[in-house]
Amino acid sequence: MAQDKLLRVEELLLHFRTQMGAVQAVDGVSFDLDYGRSMVILGESGCGKTSMAKAILRLLPRNVSSYTGHIYLEGNELMHLNDEEYRQNIRWAAMSLVPQAAMNSLNPVLKVGDQVAEPAMVHLGVRKDEAMAQARRMFQHVGVPADFLNRYAFELSGGMRQRVAIAMALVTSPRLIVLDEPTSALDVLTQANIFNVLKRLKKELEASFILITHDIATSSELADDVAVMYAGHIVEISDAFRFFESPLHPYSKKLMASVPRLRGDKEPDFIIGQPPSLLDPPKGCRFADRCPSRFEKCGQEPPTVDKEGRKVKCWLYV
Amino acid sequence: MVTDTLTNVTPATAVKQDQVLLSIQNLRVWFELRRWGFGHAGYVRAVDGVSFDIHCGEAIAIVGESGCGKSSLMKTILAINIPTEGSLTFDGKKLSDMGRAGTRWYRSQVGYIQQDPYGALPPFMSIQRILEEPLIIGGVKNKDQRIARILKVMSEVKMHPPEDFLNKFPHMLSGGQQQRVVIARSMLLEPKLIVADEPVSMLDASVRVEILKLLRGLQEQHDLSFIYITHDLSTVRYFSRRIFVMYAGRLVEKARVDDLIRNPCHPYTLALLAASSDPDANNALRFREVPPGEPPSLVTPPPGCRFHPRCSQAIAGKCDKQDPPDFEVEPDHFVSCWLFE
Repeated sequence: MAQDKLLRVEELLLHFRTQMGAVQAVDGVSFDLDYGRSMVILGESGCGKTSMAKAILRLLPRNVSSYTGHIYLEGNELMHLNDEEYRQNIRWAAMSLVPQAAMNSLNPVLKVGDQVAEPAMVHLGVRKDEAMAQARRMFQHVGVPADFLNRYAFELSGGMRQRVAIAMALVTSPRLIVLDEPTSALDVLTQANIFNVLKRLKKELEASFILITHDIATSSELADDVAVMYAGHIVEISDAFRFFESPLHPYSKKLMASVPRLRGDKEPDFIIGQPPSLLDPPKGCRFADRCPSRFEKCGQEPPTVDKEGRKVKCWLYV
Repeated sequence: MVTDTLTNVTPATAVKQDQVLLSIQNLRVWFELRRWGFGHAGYVRAVDGVSFDIHCGEAIAIVGESGCGKSSLMKTILAINIPTEGSLTFDGKKLSDMGRAGTRWYRSQVGYIQQDPYGALPPFMSIQRILEEPLIIGGVKNKDQRIARILKVMSEVKMHPPEDFLNKFPHMLSGGQQQRVVIARSMLLEPKLIVADEPVSMLDASVRVEILKLLRGLQEQHDLSFIYITHDLSTVRYFSRRIFVMYAGRLVEKARVDDLIRNPCHPYTLALLAASSDPDANNALRFREVPPGEPPSLVTPPPGCRFHPRCSQAIAGKCDKQDPPDFEVEPDHFVSCWLFE
């Protein structure tokens, strides 16, 4: 089933066990991603977006209390695989991750070339020289000079290190690359540079991306589709054009209104209140407490409504 | 009550508006590099010839990338770094002539809002102790007086009700609340000038605007001078009147915010503006123009204009030889670039 989709996530659920109870970090999330497209997952800190990336890549901490749902990659169900099969055939071979603050995740005592080549040796089983050649090609793609292969991470600037981290995710030619806040620690010009690199990669390698970010303005640089997360739920999925033009869900609307803009005169606004605790999220719509257009139905769990190809989890559109 | 303060403050502001609060003349902050712990090996020219004035009750912004020297400039203004050359004059008094007691007084007049609120609040101290400390150092001996002042400032930063927060520890507060505590701490000693180092960059989008509005409200209400240091151009215009663009230790463009956005002049400013995006799905369809290369090393900065190796409009024989002075392209709009000679 679903052969035409690269990735299909259905009712994915990831809860963590803590002393205070179960943290419902990802609570029934469904979306699909086509070949060659990029999806942006927008949300504030603590909404579960990084947990969702970890759930998709099965990079789970020890205190998981439940991890259920379905993940189909090119039609194959991944949840049936055991951890070893997953490690050998899926992680990095088919899907890779550029972790948050990736530029600080490089090993300081290894040359960056060796680090970039390593996933190719481990996951594709190629020899060292082949892996190095592949690393060299990837350096070219991300715009790092080839002689940087022999340098150490501390000899590179932040932007260059970020590119190296992206090259490391690309070296096995995965179908899907998950980027977790790839530019949040970088300067404006470096940020623009990294997004230029990602745009070019998307064209040249026909790669698909999932971009996880809280920065709405820069997220539009790479978005084909946008999914908005709030308190463990995806509240809206839409194509980027219609989303940035007119978001549907009240939370998306408020979030868009809070972006300070360089051009134009609109005064930004903020959302009153705080996101709910994921330990004991409110019944019904989780945004209801902060929502300007709430009504009596919002006490019940809202359905996900299909509105002209866009999905929105809100009673207003029923 | 608001109208009360407004009528009280406005005439005073009108008089004070022209008065210079902080004047910085040709400031250089160089850090010596040593080889093996001794032996001279050059200087890091973090701030290299910066001059500007801040008037009473004026909010300015300094924009620049990391490593351009804006933090060194800020620390010099906070009297943490000692200037290598040039002078800082606060309220008519030179910082270098102040002496120990004078510097202590100066520090009470300048508040500081840190970038990362969680890192700025000691995790083992309650909010009450965190906020009492500046008052104790500032010489407020009476405990009741201290608590009264703390409660007043906490309600000014809209932490309601303030009593509930006093016994909490920083980790019990949300990011926005932590930043409010940091802001409250900077306001306790009734400073005239507040230096805010990227006060909202660690916060979520929805909280960011709330804190910016709070800061602007405090600035207007108390007639504070404000230095807002950031790399995010889009928040500047909601906050400050003038903006200084900093590159490799120098201010390359100084203008009113509206003028800068309407008519950016320096090639570096143009690049910064071109690289900052507003949310728009069309962004995904085009590449952004970014000047090649990276900011220069501050140990061996390029001669002449420091942006010339990356500049597409550099004039050979001029930009790489001579330092550009400030040219006034329109009233109150200065550009340090030979193109505007």
